[in-house]
Amino acid sequence: MSAQAADGTGRTYRRRPRHGRLFWTVADCWNVVRRGLTHYRRQPVSILWQLAFPILSVLLYGYVFGKAMQVPGGGDYKTFLMPGMFVMTVTMGFISTATIFVHDSKKGVIDRFRSMPMAPSAVVAGRGATDMIVSCAELGIMMGTAYGMGWRPDGGIPFVKAVALLLALRFALIWVGVWLGLMLPSPEQAGGLFAIVFPLTMISSIYVSPQQMPHWLGQVALWNPLSSTASATRALFGAPTGTGTSWPEQHALLLAGVWPAALTLMFLPLAVRRFQKLSR
Amino acid sequence: MDGHVVLAEGLEKRYGEKRALDGFDLAVRPGAVHGLLGPNGAGKTTAVRILSTLLRLDAGRATVAGLDVARQPREVRTRIGLTGQYAAVDEILTGRQNLEMFGRLFHLGRKRARLRAAQLLRQFDLEAAADKGAGGYSGGMRRRLDLAASMILAPAVLFLDEPTTGLDPRGRGEVWQAVRQLVADGTTVLLTTQYLEEADKLASRITVIDQGRAIVDDTPDGLKNRVGGDRIEVVLRERDHVPYALQAVARVAHGQPEADMAELRVHAPVADRVGSLTEVARFLHEFGIPVEDIGLRRPSLDDVFLRLTGRRTEEEPTPDQAQDTKGAAA
Ligand SMILES: Nc1ncnc2c1ncn2[C@@H]1O[C@H](COP(=O)(O)OP(=O)(O)OP(=O)(O)O)[C@@H](O)[C@H]1O
Ligand SMILES: [Mg+2]
Repeated sequence: MSAQAADGTGRTYRRRPRHGRLFWTVADCWNVVRRGLTHYRRQPVSILWQLAFPILSVLLYGYVFGKAMQVPGGGDYKTFLMPGMFVMTVTMGFISTATIFVHDSKKGVIDRFRSMPMAPSAVVAGRGATDMIVSCAELGIMMGTAYGMGWRPDGGIPFVKAVALLLALRFALIWVGVWLGLMLPSPEQAGGLFAIVFPLTMISSIYVSPQQMPHWLGQVALWNPLSSTASATRALFGAPTGTGTSWPEQHALLLAGVWPAALTLMFLPLAVRRFQKLSR
Repeated sequence: MDGHVVLAEGLEKRYGEKRALDGFDLAVRPGAVHGLLGPNGAGKTTAVRILSTLLRLDAGRATVAGLDVARQPREVRTRIGLTGQYAAVDEILTGRQNLEMFGRLFHLGRKRARLRAAQLLRQFDLEAAADKGAGGYSGGMRRRLDLAASMILAPAVLFLDEPTTGLDPRGRGEVWQAVRQLVADGTTVLLTTQYLEEADKLASRITVIDQGRAIVDDTPDGLKNRVGGDRIEVVLRERDHVPYALQAVARVAHGQPEADMAELRVHAPVADRVGSLTEVARFLHEFGIPVEDIGLRRPSLDDVFLRLTGRRTEEEPTPDQAQDTKGAAA
């Protein structure tokens, strides 16, 4: 590829191929990220829409049901609930990953990207990077809201660790989102993902401790990846964690690392394979 | 390149048992619109997707601007523009933001991406709406933005896959105008369409594709001559009147008149459109023959098909497409 090459029509086009492939892959990623962030710049309210559900949950469970909700072993329910809401926030985020991917693939935007001389990997990687940035902002807003409601977590290293675990879960869910986005037959179905996410968050330790559920449901909730992150971050933020003595509760910190790693190991190759399959 | 910007030989693409392309050949000369005409499911999109490096081929060989699509996809991508069946633009971004984003992803650099976007917005008459969200654009505007995005590198070849399907006549006219302008500026266009009229209006050469194979390659006039050009058509009320109508039509016919007794329809190819219509109407009127319907009909893709393959196009058009066909024939 030369800087100026004649095409079939005898005209010239001017690209800047002076840099190597790695440079352009990073540059392409960044431009895909820019696009994603511009979406939020043009529609800033959309971020609030995405946070509406966790925020309403805090109000509903924290204030309306607040007195009725019990933490086994005692402790303030609102303090118990907040880390759960952060888990909820990162979990809901994957719906937006899937939504934009299903839109882009069905409306031909991904085809356009793939017909261009950009790095194909940047389409997926750029999306993932955008989602991580947006998730940081969402967590920031949620924590600010929680602080406003009187939430006072332990600071220092444990706090940083807790945030890292939340982001690790979000990172794993990016690949689930990309994979689902490429699987769904139409953009309308993306809204239906809420129907999957909602029970997933209910049957976990996000709202109540699994001990308080019927036995079999409690077992499902115990092994729910969301429960591990919720329990682990509770411990790190210094919130009451309930009195669970089961193995997954005793090893929440370990599982909060293992689950996202396992999900990533499983869904990242699936998502990449699905993306490559587009050319078959 | 042996004088061809697009050259495909024996392309094959299978989906399980289904052969989407089955030995497809194509040769496109530079500097004009080449139409790829075929009914639903003929393999048009598959051909375009292979030529634009989106799909891998199972067998055969294809070059675009002298580059092998299978072996040099990255290089091919710097020489082509693609406008698929949907207007592939970001609906949340403005028109300008769309073009700047694509420009940067085409590696123009930030400053030149901005300049090129401004240039293209002017060229495609989108300046007034440049800073509005593309989601609010009309179908024709969105298509033009889509075309503009395909033209960022001034590619050697522009692939247009049914660019006017789903557009109203006005939007269709806007797109046709834009395509003509591009060709005047030296771009070669490969246009797929289901409408003979569209291929006729824009293309200087047409390849008819059926069941994954090119069955004819000809000029629009050559193609129409094979089909017999425009036809006059008279629909009668009574069976007994058919011979009179045949006689009337024979006076102006440019070929053998035909009668369809089941539908009481008499038709024949004509050369002088308005003259023959007036003549036949006058003749039938003089003999006092009641007529259910009389008119001129452009050969449709269906007629081309019937003539070339001896069978009708298979799929029933959807109501939406049926309307389009009517619109295009009007
Ligand atoms: N991904 C796929 N999987 C299975 N079959 C496919 C796939 N893509 C296309 N086909 C089949 O291949 C054939 C050619 O399809 P193609 O989309 O190329 O036709 P087309 O000429 O573009 O039709 P249309 O006018 O409807 O756009 C069709 O019979 C279609 O069903
Ligand atoms: Mg098609």
